[in-house]
Amino acid sequence: MNREEVFDRLNEVFRDVFDDDSITVTETTTADDIEEWDSLEHINLLAAVEQEFGIKFNMGQVVSMKNVGEMADIIIAQLGA
Amino acid sequence: MRELEYPFDSEYILKKSKRIRRQLLEEGSAFLHKKIAVLGGSTTHDIIRVLELFLLNCGIEPEFYESEYAQYWQDVMFDNPLLVRFEPDLIFIHTSNRNIAAYPAPGTGEDEIDAMLEEQYGHFAAMWDRIADRYHCPVIQNNFEYPFYRILGNREAVLPQGRIRFLNRLNEKFYRYAREHDDFYIHDINYISAAYGLDKWADPFYWHMYKYAMCMQAIPEFSYNLANIIKAIFGRNKKSLVLDLDNTLWGGVVGDDGAENLEIGQETSLGQVYSEFQRYIKAQKDIGVMLNVNSKNEYDNALAGLNHPDGILRPDDFLVIKANWEPKSSNMAAIAQELNILPESLVFVDDNPAERDIVRTQLPGVAAPDIGTPEQYIRVLDHAGFFEVTNLSEDDRRRSEMYRANIERERQQQNFGDYREYLRSLEMRGTIKPFEPVYMARIAQLTNKSNQFNLTTRRYTQSDIERFAADESYITRYGKLEDKFGDNGVVSVVIGRKDEAERALHLELWLMSCRVLKRDMEYAMLDGMVHACRSCGIATLFGYYYPTAKNAMVRDFYGAMGFEKIREEEDHSSVWRYDIPAVYEDKNTVIRVAE
Repeated sequence: MNREEVFDRLNEVFRDVFDDDSITVTETTTADDIEEWDSLEHINLLAAVEQEFGIKFNMGQVVSMKNVGEMADIIIAQLGA
Repeated sequence: MRELEYPFDSEYILKKSKRIRRQLLEEGSAFLHKKIAVLGGSTTHDIIRVLELFLLNCGIEPEFYESEYAQYWQDVMFDNPLLVRFEPDLIFIHTSNRNIAAYPAPGTGEDEIDAMLEEQYGHFAAMWDRIADRYHCPVIQNNFEYPFYRILGNREAVLPQGRIRFLNRLNEKFYRYAREHDDFYIHDINYISAAYGLDKWADPFYWHMYKYAMCMQAIPEFSYNLANIIKAIFGRNKKSLVLDLDNTLWGGVVGDDGAENLEIGQETSLGQVYSEFQRYIKAQKDIGVMLNVNSKNEYDNALAGLNHPDGILRPDDFLVIKANWEPKSSNMAAIAQELNILPESLVFVDDNPAERDIVRTQLPGVAAPDIGTPEQYIRVLDHAGFFEVTNLSEDDRRRSEMYRANIERERQQQNFGDYREYLRSLEMRGTIKPFEPVYMARIAQLTNKSNQFNLTTRRYTQSDIERFAADESYITRYGKLEDKFGDNGVVSVVIGRKDEAERALHLELWLMSCRVLKRDMEYAMLDGMVHACRSCGIATLFGYYYPTAKNAMVRDFYGAMGFEKIREEEDHSSVWRYDIPAVYEDKNTVIRVAE
């Protein structure tokens, strides 16, 4: 799966979780860019991303993840392994 | 909504919850509004998010109070003003084994362990007592799930020092409290976590990252099970099972294969599966579920199948047997009518997805679960929790018997030319008295279950009912009716508020179970109220009718009772007045009443 496909699927997940079809995420998107993305919604978002890609984030990754670009890095690394 | 029916896709629900919520609010109407306080010992955000969906799906629109993180005990013990002002209709306490303050260690002595147990229990019991004292509302309390590791290995369950043993003993104390206190319910997360898989459930990631007592993916199962208790408390349980026969209650098609060739009994594996299922269904009768048949079959073939020597269910276990070639949806509607219950109280059990689909589309509100393959039938029906038991009353156990007596009465009625003569032949005996302790649970249950013959549709908890009974400014009456076919139990409830200045009584609640329609019980209740009023100098009754989607049958009830309409609003709600005449003649002449 290339980076573009990962972003396409991430976009779908974000739209589902926040019930907002106008969302488009980029490499630099952070929680500050999406109104409803608070620490509680973050939990649900990560669970939905894990399900979409069939992966599992570990604690270190969850703590250090800074933006959607880094999220994509982890997904690609896990899928490639 | 299909997405929320058991068995559901948890991850789908978690991901799409916002959209599902929006749709439920758009599609639904006439929700029952309830204020639910969630007092957590761990994070509760997503539990509430998903709980809301399941409650909306049963017609309950919740408004939530959520305690600050892990403040469950403090909120109650120190009267958090926000909670006090919220005036909850129900309190849910979400604690888990993570909230146990101290466990025994391998070297702890037994006396010390007993003291620890008392201390842990006392912490909770003091809180429950305070809730009962302050809030007078139902309480749902989690029991404890097992820890995900065992220091003493298999001996954990055996030795008093083991955490498993400690939690089992603590749970036992919780259960005793639940048995000894009305309106207190245990949410059995010990069972739910086991059924889900404890290792997955207790994933420490979710505790250490977010302080969730269980993994995210288990939350829908958790909230579904919790919603089942809540909907049962507020009278939204299903009442009746409607079962297909061929390949549902036995293997094979009785019309083609012949009754002697059906798979049921101990001869084959599949026969054993169907026997276990029939035994499960038969046991539902004992918790008050009414059984019926809806099958595409010749009637005689259906009976031949039900009389199979190795079968468990027998024709007389069923109230209504529809075995014909009519569409199953029409049979469903006919069954609801014969039992005098709403179609949405029915659960349709059929192995054929096409039949389920027709019933679902023709009769919205009827549950028609995807029951899977025969060996899955029990699990699906059981975990769906349609008939969640909150209070097993004598009435529940005898429900089928009472409905059968009703069907008997209707048959007899056809032999009488004159209806009053028929009523007299029933030899009815009524009891109409102020609320009494033994009937409080049943009275509360009726206020939550009665939809059709209910003038104001006010829902009350048992604590509310007890308060009315104790309050001098109210007149309360319950009505119980027996006849030669059997005892109908408590079937009618009236609550009136006194207005001393006006020498009047405002009828805040008047309801009757539809199982005693057209028996003149309503006249007997009016007589009872009039007698009570006269003995305390009240001269006028005011009746109120508030329309709902279901109570059109009583729109002119007060008119029929001799009241005069003094006001009617555009939405058809109305106010009625009755001046008690100087010489009052009892309106009921067919029921012998003890007051």
